[in-house]
Amino acid sequence: MSRHTEKSNTMSNTATAIKTMAIKNIPVKTKMQTLLLSLAMLIFVLMSLNPALARAAAASDSMQEMDHSQMDMSGKKKTGDKDAMQMHSDDMQMQGGDAPADARDPHAYSDGQTLTSGDYALPGPRILKLADEHNFYTLLFDRLERVDNPGANSTAYDMIAWFGRDYNRLVVKSEGDFASSGKLEEASTDVLWSRAMATYWDAQLGMRYDNGAGVPGRSWLAAGVQGLAPYWFDIEATAYVGNDSRTAVNVQAEYELLITQKLILQPRIEANIYGKSDLTRDLGNGLTDMAAGIRLRYEIKREFAPYVGLEYASKYGETANIARATGNLVSDTRLVAGVRFWY
Amino acid sequence: MKRFPKSPPQSRPNTPMQSPNLPRRRFLQGLAAGGLMLGLSPFARQALAGAAPSDGSAPILRGTEFDLTIDETPVNFTGKPRMATTVNGSLPAPTLRWREGDTVTLRVTNRMAVDTSIHWHGILLPYQMDGVPGISFPGIKPGETFVYQFKVKQAGTYWYHSHSMLQEQTGLYGAIIIDPADKDPIRSDRDYVVQLSDWSDEDPMRVLEKLKIQSDYFNFNQPNAIRFFEDVADKGLSSALSQRKMWNEMRMSPNDLADVSAYTYTYLMNGNTPNANWTGIFKPGERVRLRFINSGAMSFFDVRIPGLKMTVVQTDGQDVEPVTVDELRIGVAETYDVIVTPADDVYTIFSQSMDRTGYARGTLAARAGQSAAIPALDPPQPLTMADMMGNMGGMSGMDHGSMGGMSGMDHSKMKMGLDKPGREVRHARTEYGPSTDMRVNTPRTNLDDPGVGLRNNGRRVLTYADLHTIGGPVDSRGAEREIELHLTGNMERYTWSFDGVEFGQSTPVHFRHGEHLRVILHNDTMMTHPMHLHGLWSELETPEGDFQVRKHVINVQPAQRISFKVSADAVGRWAWHCHLLLHMEAGMFREVVVS
Repeated sequence: MSRHTEKSNTMSNTATAIKTMAIKNIPVKTKMQTLLLSLAMLIFVLMSLNPALARAAAASDSMQEMDHSQMDMSGKKKTGDKDAMQMHSDDMQMQGGDAPADARDPHAYSDGQTLTSGDYALPGPRILKLADEHNFYTLLFDRLERVDNPGANSTAYDMIAWFGRDYNRLVVKSEGDFASSGKLEEASTDVLWSRAMATYWDAQLGMRYDNGAGVPGRSWLAAGVQGLAPYWFDIEATAYVGNDSRTAVNVQAEYELLITQKLILQPRIEANIYGKSDLTRDLGNGLTDMAAGIRLRYEIKREFAPYVGLEYASKYGETANIARATGNLVSDTRLVAGVRFWY
Repeated sequence: MKRFPKSPPQSRPNTPMQSPNLPRRRFLQGLAAGGLMLGLSPFARQALAGAAPSDGSAPILRGTEFDLTIDETPVNFTGKPRMATTVNGSLPAPTLRWREGDTVTLRVTNRMAVDTSIHWHGILLPYQMDGVPGISFPGIKPGETFVYQFKVKQAGTYWYHSHSMLQEQTGLYGAIIIDPADKDPIRSDRDYVVQLSDWSDEDPMRVLEKLKIQSDYFNFNQPNAIRFFEDVADKGLSSALSQRKMWNEMRMSPNDLADVSAYTYTYLMNGNTPNANWTGIFKPGERVRLRFINSGAMSFFDVRIPGLKMTVVQTDGQDVEPVTVDELRIGVAETYDVIVTPADDVYTIFSQSMDRTGYARGTLAARAGQSAAIPALDPPQPLTMADMMGNMGGMSGMDHGSMGGMSGMDHSKMKMGLDKPGREVRHARTEYGPSTDMRVNTPRTNLDDPGVGLRNNGRRVLTYADLHTIGGPVDSRGAEREIELHLTGNMERYTWSFDGVEFGQSTPVHFRHGEHLRVILHNDTMMTHPMHLHGLWSELETPEGDFQVRKHVINVQPAQRISFKVSADAVGRWAWHCHLLLHMEAGMFREVVVS
């Protein structure tokens, strides 16, 4: 929702002309900077998209840097060096990685028996189905908040819902803003198939649709990753391809710092990059906008937590020039208050 | 504590509802009068014939013919009325008293709207009688009666429970006491079942859903900023930081001691809340036998009786050489029989949950109405690096002296065949994906670790190394072959499996009928898993391959690798699973085919 929050209210030809002029006036240096930044972020997304690389990243939580002082082997241990386990020399990682060629076959002990056939199998279809074959679902409003904008307050939301099994899910993500009048200003919604690729990482494929007041909608194909990086950072990174060879990247990172068991500080950062300017939506190319927020919530229940926070939002490059030219703020710090809740 | 309404909703003379011996919490509320009365008829016959203890325990049913009716019954443990799954209207279900050598017939009638089943836990029987829907039989449909019949080939303390969905969590569990055909070598003057369990007012499926959505939902003992600053003050910044570094890099929590806590659970002793205080009466100087059964769904209990030593004489129905301890950890589905000899005093039976969020409590007293002090919960201890990585003595980069042995592989050892359990760690290829969050490369094999929270607590705590089954193994042949399975899971996704493969994608493990084999269980998680193999004994071995103790449930501690021998003498299909109910339900479940 940090996506270009302040919009020009008029979409007149004059405004477009002003924007076009504004873009032409961008210094070359800034253009280069945004281009480089976009490139770096794209590389990050592409890297993340590659499950092997993601796994390798996960596996970098290696054991080399263990803290020896913590080895509290409290149980009276009598194992000596000779009792040390033998192990595959090429497999010392505790997480992630790729299976060695001679890794054990998990079906090696079945001798051809299956759950529905073989000796003493019950006739008919399989009755015993456990939760690994059960669909679960949830709906989380990570943010539903009142934003203290200069001029008029607005309401912002950021939700995610999923339906499915452990490793394959349908995911819907949506963010948007409503004006104080209740009119939808802008929204962006992803519908994705999410497949677990590594211990903490899911790959996601699908569509995004952007809509908003007085501007044409935009449809995108989406591909991204979502997961948990070392040190418990929640990461989402998605690349988009739209009509007219439009491209975009959205990156989000969140962290949950437990002050107490129920009082939780949540820093959050989000950035958008567009490969091509989209004047009807007040977007330049390159890094368009970034938002960095910090929210302090109290979990009355896990499922229900009111919060207050501060969010800094800023536009960059061409997008900032457009904002300036149309009399909108380029950057702003706002007070937010809302609730986080899920079912 | 106010729990159950005091009188039944309808007054019918000569129904068991009027029996003064029936604890007041054990009553039926008529959802449908017809169903109620049909459900009552076998109950009336038996409950009146059997002894219904006045101490608040379940009624005791004796003999060789049993009518058990499964129904839903209103209960109230927390101030909120809820429906429980009960047998003959009782929670816990009636205690069944059998005699070794008898053939028992159990007619189990389902009065509920959903399928049900009863599994006779730890009992050796034909696989069709084992009561696992989809493996041993199709289950018991609403309105149906299934007749279980088998010869009782063993003696000791066991239990029974539903094996359908999550009915075990909602109350369907009871004790089985099998008297030996001959005189019981364990002499006692009093004999009490002490059945521990965990009750939640929530639908257990909702509990599982919450864990799938947020796996630390029930954990309010997580590392946080305040504790971090306390650690900084205590140990200095670098120590506090390094202590967190590895856990945070791996995205795992050292305080992940139990998936479900007292946040939703009320811990019960013989179906009584701590306030209701189940009490066992003794005369000073008597030998009192306490048959501890953990019928919890997700809770390990650390049991002690301050002021009394407990002499462990049996586990999982099998007599062991007596060993005297202050405290024992009872895994889900395990049983421990202990002898205590109380003097003229009153004692608290204190069973704190492993995560230290609550306790089940009862009293041993010379006179009814007495109670003793209740100890404070021990502070929770975090998991250690040994719980994550196992035996670090053999780690590369830490002990270069042992590296040569590791890379060169000790071939002389290989020739020794199967005398000793194999030490080469062989992860399955399915352990490298999203279904696992860690692999232990240097497991610990010692059996003398009491486990997290009990280490160095100043009390004598039982470990598996203390347990020696009297009479040795059932089969003294060496192992003909060895199979290795890993216990796996991903805490963040809340998935649990063998070898990284959940039940739905798994294939059965085939044991050849008559063979004697070794099973190695290697725990690639940071939780203790009580592993239960149906139909066959699990004879736990020492790390050297010597017989240790015969069990039906073996707790495998975090980063531990244990082995047990199985005599595959019972044909059929059997369930094999983690007895943490939600781990089982999540897919930590395999079929075993003996043929």
